[in-house]
Amino acid sequence: MNLTSLQRLDRRWIFLAVGLLVIVPLLFNFHIAPVQPSNRSRGFYDAIEKMPEGSVVLLSGDYDPGTAAENYPMHLAAARQLMRRNMKIIALALYPAGPPLTDQVLRIAGGEYHKQEGVDYVNLGYKVGNELVMSQMGQSIPNTFPVDNRGVSVKLIPVMKGIQNFQQIRLIVNVSAGYPGTKEWVQQVVSRYHVPMVAGVTAVSAPEYYPYLQAGQLHGLLGGMAGAAEYEVLVGAPALATRGMDAQSLAHVFIAFMIVLGNLAFAGSKKGNGR
Amino acid sequence: MSLHPSHDIGIWIAALLTLGIFSFLYRDNPVYKFCEHLFVGVSAGYYVVLTMISSVYPNLFQPMFGSFAKDYHWLLVIPLILGIMLFSRFFPRGDWLSRWPIAFVLGVYPALRITGFGQGDFVEQIHGTILPLWVPGSIGTSIGNILLVVGLVSTLIFFFFSKEHKGALGGTARLGIYFLMVSFGASYGYTVMARVSLLIGRVMFLLDDWLGALRF
Amino acid sequence: MKREIPILITLVAGMFMLIAWFVPHPMVRGAYEGLQNWAIVVVGFTYVLGVANLLRINLRQVSRKERDWPFKIVLLAGLLVTMAIGFSEGNHYTDVDSRFQWIYRTFYSPMTATMFSLLAFFIASAAFRAFRIRSVEALLLAIAAFILMLGRVPLGAAIHPAIPAAADWLMEIPQNAAKRGILIGAALGVMATGIRVILGLEKTYGGGDS
Repeated sequence: MNLTSLQRLDRRWIFLAVGLLVIVPLLFNFHIAPVQPSNRSRGFYDAIEKMPEGSVVLLSGDYDPGTAAENYPMHLAAARQLMRRNMKIIALALYPAGPPLTDQVLRIAGGEYHKQEGVDYVNLGYKVGNELVMSQMGQSIPNTFPVDNRGVSVKLIPVMKGIQNFQQIRLIVNVSAGYPGTKEWVQQVVSRYHVPMVAGVTAVSAPEYYPYLQAGQLHGLLGGMAGAAEYEVLVGAPALATRGMDAQSLAHVFIAFMIVLGNLAFAGSKKGNGR
Repeated sequence: MSLHPSHDIGIWIAALLTLGIFSFLYRDNPVYKFCEHLFVGVSAGYYVVLTMISSVYPNLFQPMFGSFAKDYHWLLVIPLILGIMLFSRFFPRGDWLSRWPIAFVLGVYPALRITGFGQGDFVEQIHGTILPLWVPGSIGTSIGNILLVVGLVSTLIFFFFSKEHKGALGGTARLGIYFLMVSFGASYGYTVMARVSLLIGRVMFLLDDWLGALRF
Repeated sequence: MKREIPILITLVAGMFMLIAWFVPHPMVRGAYEGLQNWAIVVVGFTYVLGVANLLRINLRQVSRKERDWPFKIVLLAGLLVTMAIGFSEGNHYTDVDSRFQWIYRTFYSPMTATMFSLLAFFIASAAFRAFRIRSVEALLLAIAAFILMLGRVPLGAAIHPAIPAAADWLMEIPQNAAKRGILIGAALGVMATGIRVILGLEKTYGGGDS
């Protein structure tokens, strides 16, 4: 097989190679290298560690099962850290399919740290409207979410006592897949009400939030599964994301190799046509 | 390697649907089409149930029918009427009525975005760029700050199309292109990471939750 | 009047929202909050409209036996069964052991995740077939991509610590500068377009007279 004939390679062979490069490391438990936390994930972790115990934190899980592989590990690790630090958590989701994931995260972390729903945390559920919800929360959180995810009036929920708007929120922890998400929280809430915020985002959207991090609008940033793995290591609970990093490494090398091979094949075919 | 398949019928259905969608990688086929259509139907049903129960009912019907005279709740008749007007789209002669609620939403959201983008993206980002170009004792930080400012200015100049990119303006715009290419390359690298991560998530479900084959 | 009233509604709603952002008076804030709640309700109705339209189109396709009509029956069945179960359970639809959550875990969640995961295969295929380095700019893009792809995974650090350090520097300096330029430019565009929409200069939603 010469480089020129590679141009006619059936893409299904590439699909098979990608599949195997992900399956084999997971199946045979490869360990290529340990995960090293970065400054951005340390910023995320430290922002929560530095808060006084018992502070009220808004945990917004703005993602759905489509990006759960990246966002769910961050969300769970954040809930674990918040509960270990005895923070009062007000959770919500701005994606329709987000509330069950938020429920699951709070249930798992709540069980590990013996936290009680309604007393230590609440899941306000989903509200349609995207950034409008954030803006309305700035006026009144109880009027925006009159009931929680189970239909219970927020007036009856102990953890919501005294919570009117963002003035009572000490930190926003946002786990986001895109729109609505980190950008809208920064624009509508951080810029207006100056509430500190940290964000865990999908890798696709991570590059666009670096300016917010550098400008001080975000205090920490987790980007993709790699960011989630770094954070899991810091929280002391390596889990889903950490497990996936070895397969991630091999897949990245393969795709880089494919770029080189594709260009060599193209260059080879151009030379052949030139003769 | 030993297998411990799940006994949960839900996990088996989920796994078979996952494999059905993956079958598209070989070629388009009736199994994939079945899964795709089922996905669209279930998603749409899920969205409408969630929207009605989590948003429309507690923010409209409950206050309106529960405490009509209190706190101006009677005014909620207006968004109710606007919401119903949306359905005039199904009637060719009356579909002009649906423009009123759309117009209302189109007044509210742009206003929110003007202030949000203005404060969050415009003012704060310029504020973040006002950096010292010489930091005593830290040549690395100084070079970084200079590059940040030069990169931003050259990128903005590239997007200025009111004057032809010639001479000094053209040279600066070209520099802006190089910064943009680095940015696009970084975005590409992150996009690769994102896509692969999502596949890893599905494979973990199949190998761990379904087949019980993973050892950790 | 059919064109003027919507433009007037947009103007009044938009101008009030803009002005109220700067006015802390309780009466104005109360009206500001109320208006946003109204918008949330109207947007909620648009979701219902979308699903009603989906139902209408697919029922028509089934009745006329158009292409792939048997699959449309699957779509309609999924839609109607999910809605029936969800509404019948009311506030208990969020309970972990509810049938609605079982539908979410068994159908919605895995299929959504799998649809997105297909992209991994296509990005690998596109890297081979479409990523062509034919200019200095494309070479810069490729080098940045390689550094990022290696620098963001543990393998990069295992090869040499300079790789993740280079990736960090790339993201914090040149990438940051360009992204900031894009952010500022986009912000200007959004603000200009927003003002045009509020003032009725963008009439795309108005359409023609029906």
